[in-house]
Amino acid sequence: MSDLELKNITKNFPDVTALNDVSFDVKDGEFFVLLGHTGAGKTTTLRVVAGLTNQDEGTVLFDGDSVNDLAPADRDVAFVFQQYSLYPTMSVYDNLAFPLRSPLRKLSEEEIRRQVDIVAEKLHIDHLLDRKTAYLSGGEMQRVSLGRAMVRQPRIFLMDEPLSNLDAKLREALRVELQHLQKTEGSTTLFVTHDQIEALTMADRIAVLNEGSIVQIGTPEDIYDRPNTIFVAQLVGTPRINLVETSREDCNIFIKNSTLYIPIPEGWEPPDSFVLGIRPEDVMPDREGEFAGELALTEPLGMETILHITSGEKTLLSVIPGTTDLKIGENVKFNIAQERLYCFNMDGDSLTC
Amino acid sequence: MATIELRQVEKKFGDLHAVKPLDLTIHDGEFVVLLGPSGCGKTTTLRMISGLETVTSGEIYLDERKVTWLNPSERDIAFVFQLFALYPHLTVRQNIAFPLQAQGESRETINERVNEVVDLLQIERLLNARPSKLSGGDQQRVALGRALVRRPEAFLMDEPLGALDADFRESMRAEIKRLHIDQHATTVYVTHDQVEAMAMGDRIVVMSEAEIQQVGSSNEVYYDPANIFVANFIGSPGMNLVSSSYSDGIIHMPGADNRYPVPDDWRAPLGEALQDSGDVIVGFRPECAEIVEDGTLAGNVYTVDLYGAYSMLAVNMNEQDIVHIRGDRLIHYPIGTQVRFDIDPEMVRFFDPATEKTIKREAIQ
Amino acid sequence: MSNFREDGPGYPVTEASRVDKVSPISRRLRSLRAITVMVIAIIMLIPVFVMAITAFKSRSVIVSHPPTIFFKPSLEGFVFLFTDRAVVSKARQPEFKAAAETGELGLVERIALESGQEVTGPSDYVNRLKNSLIIAGLSTIFSVVLGLFAAYAFSRFDVLGKDDLLFFILSTRMLPAVVVTIPLFLMFRQLGLNDTHLGMILLYTVFNLSLAVWLLKGFIDEIPVEYEEAALVDGYSRIQTFFKIVLPQTMTGIAATTVFCLIFAWNEYAFALMLTSDNARTAPPSIATMLGRGGIEWSAIAAGSLGFLIPVVIVTFALRNYLLRGVTFGAVRK
Repeated sequence: MSDLELKNITKNFPDVTALNDVSFDVKDGEFFVLLGHTGAGKTTTLRVVAGLTNQDEGTVLFDGDSVNDLAPADRDVAFVFQQYSLYPTMSVYDNLAFPLRSPLRKLSEEEIRRQVDIVAEKLHIDHLLDRKTAYLSGGEMQRVSLGRAMVRQPRIFLMDEPLSNLDAKLREALRVELQHLQKTEGSTTLFVTHDQIEALTMADRIAVLNEGSIVQIGTPEDIYDRPNTIFVAQLVGTPRINLVETSREDCNIFIKNSTLYIPIPEGWEPPDSFVLGIRPEDVMPDREGEFAGELALTEPLGMETILHITSGEKTLLSVIPGTTDLKIGENVKFNIAQERLYCFNMDGDSLTC
Repeated sequence: MATIELRQVEKKFGDLHAVKPLDLTIHDGEFVVLLGPSGCGKTTTLRMISGLETVTSGEIYLDERKVTWLNPSERDIAFVFQLFALYPHLTVRQNIAFPLQAQGESRETINERVNEVVDLLQIERLLNARPSKLSGGDQQRVALGRALVRRPEAFLMDEPLGALDADFRESMRAEIKRLHIDQHATTVYVTHDQVEAMAMGDRIVVMSEAEIQQVGSSNEVYYDPANIFVANFIGSPGMNLVSSSYSDGIIHMPGADNRYPVPDDWRAPLGEALQDSGDVIVGFRPECAEIVEDGTLAGNVYTVDLYGAYSMLAVNMNEQDIVHIRGDRLIHYPIGTQVRFDIDPEMVRFFDPATEKTIKREAIQ
Repeated sequence: MSNFREDGPGYPVTEASRVDKVSPISRRLRSLRAITVMVIAIIMLIPVFVMAITAFKSRSVIVSHPPTIFFKPSLEGFVFLFTDRAVVSKARQPEFKAAAETGELGLVERIALESGQEVTGPSDYVNRLKNSLIIAGLSTIFSVVLGLFAAYAFSRFDVLGKDDLLFFILSTRMLPAVVVTIPLFLMFRQLGLNDTHLGMILLYTVFNLSLAVWLLKGFIDEIPVEYEEAALVDGYSRIQTFFKIVLPQTMTGIAATTVFCLIFAWNEYAFALMLTSDNARTAPPSIATMLGRGGIEWSAIAAGSLGFLIPVVIVTFALRNYLLRGVTFGAVRK
């Protein structure tokens, strides 16, 4: 396995700048996730690393050496696509053996069979080896795709939303498995997704991309607890973070268009007006609570329940574990975890108050 | 608004059962969600209620009125599709007014009712735009408006949020639910997303393989699933289901020394169902187990996931059996280390591996 | 635990499979439609049927009025088609009769004798048919191979002026043959290609190439690029990827294109009539010229036409599985 570094990568397409001065590094054995909306440049980044797209500027380095001039075949990376990468005319075995049969490798058929068998067993697809890929279910297909990537022990794994075409149950199961394999094999992985849960759950580190630029790089905890912009704060967490415009009134923070005054936490020096972010789990209903509102809606999700609490014209979302006895239309009292408030200026950048 | 009643309604395509004979009553003002994986028959059921699909046998009643063989237009039902199905050459206002014009309403009535709907959905700003200029969420709002303006007997919605981005989906979900609370219109809503179903449904009809698996409230299908399909399908991740064996008040779960003493009130029903010994599937929700130092059960940490506000541990009881347990996100659990846990005795469930059905504890009733 | 479905449904549930298509009314409609199609097919096939039976009629049966459906089949038409014959003089007739009775004469000679003729050698038509096979076969192979590479390039690479080039390629097919034959004739004369196999092969290849490029591009466009990219990353070069990944998946399109090119080259009449005379003359114009020679040999013409159909029928039949998909998919791009 290798480490990977991208230095000032820029890529322009005829109408758009796909990547704008993107730099990051992935350490040997790290699971690195690129998170962003459709069109943010995640896939382009991956393709630049693979050599399938050539960057206009910047350098890609594997283990400190530039690979800019290497063809995809010579970079020795494995690419797992979202779909469509198993060859429909070949059996599962031939698909798995395909990378090993590359003229670059010159392996004997016995050696190929041995390596395919090892990988097939690891991924629990040994019973499928003789099948044609057209007869596989979505989950089996994606397992074989992973197998084809693993079989030749590449320097770096590149994965382009490999789970997003699977149904929810399967996605969960494969996610756990993929994560376990990555951790136990210690493979360097660059993983692209638009699904914040996938990113938070799997990554060692996350780079958030927006419109071709990197917004923030950090561990899942950094991204969730210390978002540097409103964009990042909104991108992670379900339900989404509550964002309200506020103004400072004496020693309180007043949420505009509501009746809520939050005492300024100790040591804070907020500006006169700013955007306040409150994670739904930090809005905690409590009989003795400091604040009051009306319950507009409840959404029981099983493990947790989402409460929509309105105050004036503002609605705050609250997430509580389990179920609730509160009825729609009732008045609710609640507390807000004041040590976990987020503070942004009007441009969306994080403020240190 | 109306009560919808299905009596032994069945649909076959050739020899293939799309919907096996089913009985279902949707009460006046109720929000019922048909939930299941693709191909389970939920959409076919909805389309039969609407009349877009004929029934193979059985009867459909709308407020005691037999509508089985009526055309869709004669049933007075509004249908909201997944793809918004707005007319691209008409403005938003014209789109909303369209069903009323089709019914030949007077200009004043049309204006009055369109304005009423526009107020309700807060879409004044969109009125003169064309659908192609709108975001997905706004398009679906307009589609809802077009359904609402007719004041139909019932609303049928086929994955109306399915084509929206995750962000929109969450807020539209709340909007539709809120609208229902205000209007109390009888609604049948189809989705494959269990989160959506749980959040919105007064009652949830879980379907699989052309059959109804369970009908119940969010809490019922979540905490007391009727069978292992429902247990696994509802929840993310689904209920932990562990194949075990029972003898004399003790359940042997996979892994060395994983002996789980059955809670007292379960002894009698389990003893009766399993004749004192036999195979059983133990089910519990991830949040109904707790990691404690002296827990009765043990396993090795397989992966640890951060889920925003909490973390989810996958714990390996032995090679095959991985259970999910909700953990504290501030505690670090290294992969491969042993953890011990307990299951909340109130929240544990048992299933018969032969029938896959839940074993009932009399005390619940 | 059958309900413990680890994977998604085993078969895709599409909108189409949900829609009701078997209500009693539509079932009746469907059989009505099938009957209509069959009636149309029968009407279309009547000329072919008449041609087929005419090929096996002897001259006396052909001219009888009203036409007969049931008759004694004869191979006269085929014999006339493939042989040159001379009238047997009255004096030599007994000699021939005797030879026929002793079995010295072969089947072909005996049939010729029935209309009082002797076989003097194979007819020109044998050569013409051979020319047709060579020219149509080779030009088809060339157009498909060249077309495949060109289509791949147009589909996968940013060729400079791609759309204009594609239109230009298509435009070569827009002019009717009669308009371009005279310039072509002059050019061919300059190059010494008149009445040569090479000339005709070149001409048909060029003419078919536009069809091949457009058809095959449609098929290649439908193969997701991911397959090739996966192979590129897996350590294969572009050309290896082409042969290992693209080619097997394009077989459908190649089959369809082959049939279309072959039918064109095999049936082509106008160019062959103008640009060939003897050496490279193909079958279609030579069948037509039979009309002129001393009374019309209807049975020979019918036999020629029937025999002429056979290669195309065989190729189409061999590739029919590909064709059905090929004609409906690929060619029509959204």
